[in-house]
Amino acid sequence: MQWIAAQWQSLVGVWVALPYFVQVTVQIVIVMMSVIIAVALLTLAERKVIGWMQLRLGPNRVTFFGLRLLRGWAQPFADVFKLLLKEIIVPGRSSRLLFLLAPLIVLVPALATWAVMPFSPEFVLADVDAGLLYVLALTSLGIYGIILAGWASNSKYAFLGAMRSAAQMVAYEIAMGFALVGVLMAAGSLNLGEIVRMQAGGPGSWNWLWLFPLFIVYFISGLAETNRAPFDVAEGESEIVAGFHVEYSGAAFATLFALPEYANMILISALTSVMFFGGWLSPFQGYLADDALLAQPGFFWLFLKICFFLFVFLWVRATFPRYRYDQVMRLGWKVLIPVTLVWIAVEGVLAWLRVGPWAA
Amino acid sequence: MLVEILFWSFSAVLTGAALGVILARNPVHSVLFLVLCFFNAAVLWLLIEAEFLAIVLVLVYVGAVMVLFLFVVMMLDVNIEQLREGFARNAPLGAVIAAIMVVELWYVLWVRRLGIELPGATAPLPEGYSNTGEIGAVLYTEYVWPFQLAAFVLLIAIVAAIALTMRQRPGLKVQDVAKQVAVRPQDRVRIVNIPVEREP
Amino acid sequence: MKNLRSLLRTVFLWELLVGLSVTLRNLFRRKITVHYPEEKTPVSPRFRGLHALRRYPNGQERCIACKLCEAVCPAQAITIESDVGADGTRRTTRYDIDLFKCIYCGFCEEACPVDAIVETRIHEYHMEKRGDNIMTKDKLLAVGEKYEAMIAADKAADARYR
Repeated sequence: MQWIAAQWQSLVGVWVALPYFVQVTVQIVIVMMSVIIAVALLTLAERKVIGWMQLRLGPNRVTFFGLRLLRGWAQPFADVFKLLLKEIIVPGRSSRLLFLLAPLIVLVPALATWAVMPFSPEFVLADVDAGLLYVLALTSLGIYGIILAGWASNSKYAFLGAMRSAAQMVAYEIAMGFALVGVLMAAGSLNLGEIVRMQAGGPGSWNWLWLFPLFIVYFISGLAETNRAPFDVAEGESEIVAGFHVEYSGAAFATLFALPEYANMILISALTSVMFFGGWLSPFQGYLADDALLAQPGFFWLFLKICFFLFVFLWVRATFPRYRYDQVMRLGWKVLIPVTLVWIAVEGVLAWLRVGPWAA
Repeated sequence: MLVEILFWSFSAVLTGAALGVILARNPVHSVLFLVLCFFNAAVLWLLIEAEFLAIVLVLVYVGAVMVLFLFVVMMLDVNIEQLREGFARNAPLGAVIAAIMVVELWYVLWVRRLGIELPGATAPLPEGYSNTGEIGAVLYTEYVWPFQLAAFVLLIAIVAAIALTMRQRPGLKVQDVAKQVAVRPQDRVRIVNIPVEREP
Repeated sequence: MKNLRSLLRTVFLWELLVGLSVTLRNLFRRKITVHYPEEKTPVSPRFRGLHALRRYPNGQERCIACKLCEAVCPAQAITIESDVGADGTRRTTRYDIDLFKCIYCGFCEEACPVDAIVETRIHEYHMEKRGDNIMTKDKLLAVGEKYEAMIAADKAADARYR
């Protein structure tokens, strides 16, 4: 025990002695690797959960070292290796450079947004004052990759998928932005860490209570923004084959489709937890004594909340059929945006009357 | 030193991308060059610690406006040859206008300076200084009326654009989604109990 | 009152929640998956799988080269050539079934007057190279010899209904 403590001390010593940029680089690499591994496990979780909801078992064959206990756990890794080993076919008369660039354009924002995510009270990669705006700006960039993928493929279906995706993203981005304006009004800060700190004091003082419609709108827009069922019309395999990624194969497919989509899902879940459910704050805060172990804020709580929202993502996908395209647009423009506008006005009145989070 | 290297490299990319916008043969490539331009401009703003403006530039122009641009350009089948037809004839006029603009820019930036003393490099801002907060404070106190007026003009523009394009043709078979959703089984389905015939 | 209720239902996404509760309940129900290579679903004796040519108990080929199966085959998957055998009877010299053409309708089995060609319940077979899809006479007879007990049992089980 003492030996471990001593080793830990020396490790901490080495860490502190490292130059600043090395520390930051190591932190960034750790965060990115965690996200990528989480993506791998999420693909497995998706197949498992949806399988269970359809009275199936999901993947249960590929295992590590022949261990029966881990049956199915190696499936995502097997899939990744398969995809990486496959040939990337570039269609004839496509715009070759853009075709190969598009997957990277989707991937970069999906990973870069994690920079401002407050993981725990102490740890955030970049404590930016305009963090919320940064998140909005970057999430709106991923769409370029999708449009370019569709356009550069030189294929009708891919192009249709790209068109749908572009129109849908623009519509839902507005609803999402307005929902976050509501959060902004409640928190009075654009800094994500600050937004979490403003919600301190147990589940009753988290944002979801007073911003419930905005929370619903944000989550639905999140589904649309990540092109997840029931809003996956950009893919729409039953109508336009597979939408923007019909022509992609191998590693390009993996980086265009699988990685960013799932990374964005995790991101939206994390942002929902941070904006509306108190991020790394403990749900027992205010109910247990302040020094109780369960009442301490920490990464653990954020992790639990992210897992819950990811489960809701999968749950929704297993439950609802795909929207028709005109209905998707109608929902975005005619339902969600008015709801957010009304609630922002309501919030203004609440803030003026000094009730709820504006009491102080 | 590092800041200067960054500034010059990013401005070089910015200028190159700006040239790309007008020189690219494919209109979609032009739009993408323009996106690159905006990005580099945002980075240049970041270098003078105007992170709010930089992020808003990316958010509004790159994230929304250029997406719609790209959308439209991809849909249109622009014939570049046709566009270039009158180039040689109109080139002198264009050159004259460009020259006038250069002179104007020179006059504004170097001669008049708009009353601003341009420092060689911006002084580092104090710790805890929030660019975002400053802009918000100025916008909603000193410039609140111009700001609201601009917002109002934009709102009118949106309403006008929608009003111009909204046509209600008679005889359209458009569904009323609210009505569709409100339908209950008992409104549409009648369950009839038909007596079963005797088993043979 | 009724309008208010439906409004509240819409606002609180009541019907979506009902749908979600259905899937959530199914999440915890017993799974009905059959673990295929370890567990198998029961197969009917009438199952129309891989073809086989049968012999009489004394070892003589049943097939008399009447070519009724060839004639009835809707996919024209069967090719037969015949000659006079050593014992003076008419026998097939060639009996090929192309498994890629075959639609497993079972008409050949129905048409056969001597129960020579049958479709067995074997459905887990594969081809590894071109040409493997042609079941020649030898291969068909080999299948028949190997699974004669099973084929006889299946035919006996189904005999009542023919």
